[in-house]
Amino acid sequence: MIVAVASGKGGTGKTTVTASLAAVWDQPVTGVDLDVEEPNLHLFLHPAMAGCEPAYLPVPVVDEARCTYCGACSELCRFKAISVMGQLLLTFPEMCHGCGGCLAVCPEQAIAPGKRELGEISWGRAGAAGFLSGRLRISEAMSPPLMRLVKARLQQMLAAGGGDAIIDAPPGVSCPAVNAVLDSDVILLVTEPTPFGFYDFQLAWEAFSPLGKPLGAVVNRAGLGNDAIYQFCREKGVPVLAEIPYDRAIAEAYARGLIIAGISGRLQETFISLRDRVRHLANSKAPRQAAHA
Amino acid sequence: MSKIAVTSEGPSLDDQIDPRFGRAAGFVVVDLESMGTQYLDNGGSQVLAQGAGIQAAELIARAGVSCLLTGFVGPKAFRVLAAAGIKVAQNLEGLTVRQAVERFKSGQVEMAQAANRAGR
Ligand code: SF4
Ligand code: SF4
Repeated sequence: MIVAVASGKGGTGKTTVTASLAAVWDQPVTGVDLDVEEPNLHLFLHPAMAGCEPAYLPVPVVDEARCTYCGACSELCRFKAISVMGQLLLTFPEMCHGCGGCLAVCPEQAIAPGKRELGEISWGRAGAAGFLSGRLRISEAMSPPLMRLVKARLQQMLAAGGGDAIIDAPPGVSCPAVNAVLDSDVILLVTEPTPFGFYDFQLAWEAFSPLGKPLGAVVNRAGLGNDAIYQFCREKGVPVLAEIPYDRAIAEAYARGLIIAGISGRLQETFISLRDRVRHLANSKAPRQAAHA
Repeated sequence: MSKIAVTSEGPSLDDQIDPRFGRAAGFVVVDLESMGTQYLDNGGSQVLAQGAGIQAAELIARAGVSCLLTGFVGPKAFRVLAAAGIKVAQNLEGLTVRQAVERFKSGQVEMAQAANRAGR
């Protein structure tokens, strides 16, 4: 089972929830940081790293001695990462998505795969849990290709060792955020009951609910703000799976990089009950799809 | 040096320069001897998620122009234009196409050495 922990904006406590859920998980589990632009799950899980390797995207390298400037590659590439004008061919590796299309379509076999470094993938163990993380190279503009590679490694790890995975997804509702939750069995949306939190929560619900996956809410800093979120969840049939109180001790633990499920018996119970309810939700059928799909 | 392209909001010499290059509405291609014009619509580049500047550069390169008058050019488009041997004059926003061409003819525009807008 793969649980994706997402949120409509950053700073809602998404990573804290991921770390605490991994800490109370009572079956083999891997905590995965797919927020590759700003990975910070390690700051809470404190994993012992076992390995790290650079991740590359295959980008076209053209052998101009073979190229006839037929333009087939350039016509095919919808990302404009390869351009042919007359007797001139230019590539833009930074815009390439690594689909391999140009390579396949070239009638002269003039294109070979080169590499663009996307960032790095690292792995290790955090206590009983496995740990896997991607970090995007600074100035690399696209995160989905690196996320795909992290997910491929996760699939390998799960195929070899079994167990569940809890994914810390990038915040927001952009392409990377949706990409991160695509192969999950259940999505947790972490939010706060403030007007801004509610606004972003609605956007997240609109982005994720068409995927047809079971979806639940976790309200962080409960007690702040108003009950608009609760009303919205009732209307849309989104279960509120846990409420984490607004509490100074939690803020301090967070600042010190502690797992908040570990700071009090009550919080531990909160996360154990969240774990059980997540499991239950994942095993239930997805809620009936919203009418706008 | 007989044909030049000008980013334009419309098809005629009296339309305003469109300051954008990659996402310009279109290009007025002007024959400097006859002052005859041809309009290239750039709608195809506007719908691209990325690479609009590259596509626009391909478009005017195919039209055989030797120089581009515009507002801003990003680094990737600049690379294509330079490789295609097209000279670029930037910062001409606020003029009409005709005014820009006249300025160019009287030698009052400076050719850019580099892109004047940061890429993403
Ligand atoms: S690999 Fe795909 S995205 Fe990259 S240049 Fe070739 S066709 Fe374009
Ligand atoms: S498809 Fe191959 S031969 Fe044709 S322009 Fe591209 S690299 Fe050259």
